[in-house]
This record gives sequence, C-alpha cells and structure tokens, in this order.
Amino acid sequence: MKRLAGWMLSSPATLAVSLFLIIPVAATISATFTSPGGTFAPYGEFFASGFQRTVLWRTFEVAAITTVISLILGLLTAYVVSRSPPWMKSVLVILAVFPLLTGVVVRSFAWLIILGRNGVLNNTLEWLGVIERPMALLYSQTSVVIALIYIFIPLMILVLIGVLENIPDDLLQASSSLGASPTATFLQITLPLATPGLIVGAVLVFTASFTSYATPHLLGGTRQMMMGTFLHQRAMVSFDWVSASTVAAIMVVVIVTTVLVMTRIAKRLNPMAS
Amino acid sequence: MTHRTHPLLIVMTVLVYFFLLGPLVIIFGASVSDTTFLAFPPQGLTLHWFENIWEISAFRRTIVTSFQVAIMGTLLALLIGIPAAYALNRHRIHLPGWLSTLFILPILVPEIVIGFSLLRSVNVGLGVPVFASLLIGHTLLVLPYVVRVISAALASFDFSIEEAAISLGSHPVKTFFTIVLPNVRSGVIAAFILAFITSINDVSVSLFLTGPGISTLPIQILAHVEQFFDPTVASVSVLLMMLTIIVMIIVERTLGLTIVAK
Repeated sequence: MKRLAGWMLSSPATLAVSLFLIIPVAATISATFTSPGGTFAPYGEFFASGFQRTVLWRTFEVAAITTVISLILGLLTAYVVSRSPPWMKSVLVILAVFPLLTGVVVRSFAWLIILGRNGVLNNTLEWLGVIERPMALLYSQTSVVIALIYIFIPLMILVLIGVLENIPDDLLQASSSLGASPTATFLQITLPLATPGLIVGAVLVFTASFTSYATPHLLGGTRQMMMGTFLHQRAMVSFDWVSASTVAAIMVVVIVTTVLVMTRIAKRLNPMAS
Repeated sequence: MTHRTHPLLIVMTVLVYFFLLGPLVIIFGASVSDTTFLAFPPQGLTLHWFENIWEISAFRRTIVTSFQVAIMGTLLALLIGIPAAYALNRHRIHLPGWLSTLFILPILVPEIVIGFSLLRSVNVGLGVPVFASLLIGHTLLVLPYVVRVISAALASFDFSIEEAAISLGSHPVKTFFTIVLPNVRSGVIAAFILAFITSINDVSVSLFLTGPGISTLPIQILAHVEQFFDPTVASVSVLLMMLTIIVMIIVERTLGLTIVAK
C-alpha cells in the first residue's frame, strides 16, 4: 500500500519528465544516427568542416577561460565574504544573489552599453585621453568572455561561500596556534578542504558557459559563434535539423561527461568524507 | 575570525562587487537618457522610454505572455512537483534512488537542447500548439527548483505529527492539506517565487518555442536590441530588475534569502 502511494504520488512528475524531456531529447539524438548518409555521417560532416571544428573549439576555450577566471575571482571574494562579520556577510550575499535573479538577457545587454562603439568604456577612455578613436570591443571573444564571467561569477561566489563556511573554525585556529602563517593555513587547510566545492562551482560555470545562448548571441554576434548560437542558426535559419541535432548531441555528450567525471573526482578528493 | 583579512584581498573583493553591480547601475542610467540611442551617462532625463514600452504592442503582448506562461507553468510544476517531493521524503525507502535524479534532469540537460527537442517532437512532431508547447517547456524548466526547495522544506518537517493525525482518524489527504502543507508553506512560497523568476527570465527554452504572434519578453528584448538599440530595452530591463527587487523583499520577509543561495 505504502509502496504504491510513493509511486502514485511521484508518477505525474515522472511522466512529465519522461514524455517531454527524455523521449524528445532521445529522439533528437537518435535522429543523428538514422540519417540517410549512414550511421555516423552527420558526425563525420560536423568534424570535416573547419568552421564547425572552430565553433566547437571556441566554445571549449571560452567556457574554460570563463571558468578559470571565475574560480580565481570567486574564491578570493568568497573567502573575504565568509570571514566578514555576520551583518556584512548577509549584505554581500544579497548583493551577489540580486544579479543572479536578474535575467541573462538584461545582464548581457548591460555589456552592450558598456562595450559598444559609443559605450561607457570607449567614452571614458576617450575622455581620459587614452585613445583617440573608439575601439571595436564588441563581437570579439574577449567581450563574450567578460560578459560570461559577469553572468556566472555570482554562482561561483555563492557556492564557495557555502563551502568555506562549512570548514570548521577549529581547524583554522589549530593551524594558526601551531604557528602556521595565514597563507600556509589557506594553502594547506582551506584550499584542500574547499577543493570539492571548487569543482562543483567549476562544473556549474563551465556547463552554463558551454551551453549559453543569449550572451554569445548579443556580444559575439555571428563572428563569434558558439555551440548554442550555432545550434539555433542551424535549426532556425538553415532549417537543417539533422545538423542541429548533431550539435545538440555533441553538447549533451560534453556536458554529461564533464558532470560525471568531475563529480567523481570531487567525491574522491573530499577529505571530509574519509 | 582569528586572522585579519589581507587588505589586498579586500580591495579585490570591492572590485569584484563593483564589477557585479556597476553594469546594473549603468542600465538604470541609460533607461532615463534623453537620447534616441543608448547612452551613459544620460544626456538629459526623461521617462519617455518607459512610456514607449506600452506604446510598442510587441512588448505589451510579450509581457502578458511571459506572465501567463510563468504563472501557469509554475502552478503546473507545483501541482506535479509537490506530490513528487512529498513521495521522495515520505516514501523514500520504497522508491529507487534514481527517481530524485530524474527530477533534476531538466537542469542537467542543456536548456537549448531541451528547447530544440521540444520543438522537434512536441510542437512539430505531435502538432501541439505553440503556446501549449511553451507552457510544457517552462513547466519542465522550473520543476527541478520546485522539487528541490519543497523537498528541503519537507526534510525539516516532523512526520510524526502527520502520523498522529492519521492515527486519530484524520483522512490522509485531509491531513496533508491541513497539517503538512501549512507547515511547509514557506517552502511553497519560495519554490513559487524561484520558479516564477526562472521562467520570466528564460531565453534558451523559449527560443525555439515562440512563433509568430506568441513570444516571451526576453526573446522580444533580443529582437528589439538587434533592430533599434534605443533606450526602451534599458527601461524594460529596469522594470525586470524592480520585479526582482520586490521578489527579493518578499523572500527576505517570508523566509530569509539563504533559501535562494542554496
């Protein structure tokens, strides 16, 4: 009776996820294997094109740079926030949550105003006399990376604050009372204990950057196509659904592999668990 | 709290926060600029661009659609998510471990892949109308938040109270509505708000599920920026930020913001 109740209560949600997520995504992926050209033909075509290899590589590169910079800045910020007095900590957490709750479109759009030809940055630099003519900052890989860091760093900060707060204060006190310098304590106690959290944050930022659409679309344009913008272009501009499905399948494989490998590493590295 | 934080670290943190909030301040400034192009600092002050939002029918329409989809999608996700979260907490021993992973899947699978797949299979494949497909997409998108937040709320609920009510003769369904649900009310509010905000801001799922006549606000913003690049989009963005602030105040009042950070 109880066994049945559990299944019955969870069945509507299970059904919805199966019908509208698992089956459609599986259909998209399987469509790449049943194309007239042969089982792996769409993948052969994808990797045969230099342009498409560039798109895939660019997406990796942009996501990786975004992740590394977010990790460094996020760790420094989270470290300071987690050690600040309680009232200030809550203010800083609220200030990090606010951008996160503001949409990706709005936040990407902000960088159009900043990096545009008549944007805040060009105007300021001209006014300061650093440059004479406005620079073309938009539609470059750098502009996409800056905006992606901007969009995903709150995620990193919030994850890392949580992780750093979970490190017992006794350990840090023991370390310093035994004569370790703050830097040594950070490198030998805090950092190893925070590593699983750093991995979680890195996975979140990497996967989100890798699959992003609005930011590369607005700040990269067609010149800096990434996998997300490329998928949309294939499906809605070229109407080449097999090719779009192939892009989708590659994205799923990259994301699932990243998540599985990294969570396994995070589990193995967790010194608190053992 | 035994060491002083190095001044350089504090400077870095201030810079990061400046980086986090500066662009949002710039949007506020640009939204009241008296120019036909986006400018900051504003040249002259005007609220014209806020009026302009209501004059452009595409914005009016998409704002209505976005709210309809967000509210209906969130309610549908609550309708199927609450029983699922309850089952996961109350009947966990009878349910397989992968079931809770299943409800997190919409976060794991890239949103843009979900959008495209729904277009292929549900909208075109099954012939489901655009609005219904959009609603399905958004329900799916917010389901993980609903299940997780309500599960967290149920985890701290003492089920022996429910047992007591049932053993005293109260019907299980009635017990759920009179005992369990009121006790996790704050979780339900948090789930609603988080889901609503997620849905209102979504781009990647909506991207493929909007068609002629039916579009959502973020998609309309993208289209408008490309064509006009005037401050209207800045004022729409300010309205969305104000909505976010109101939501944050509600969350803070009802349960504290830590629930969002989890």
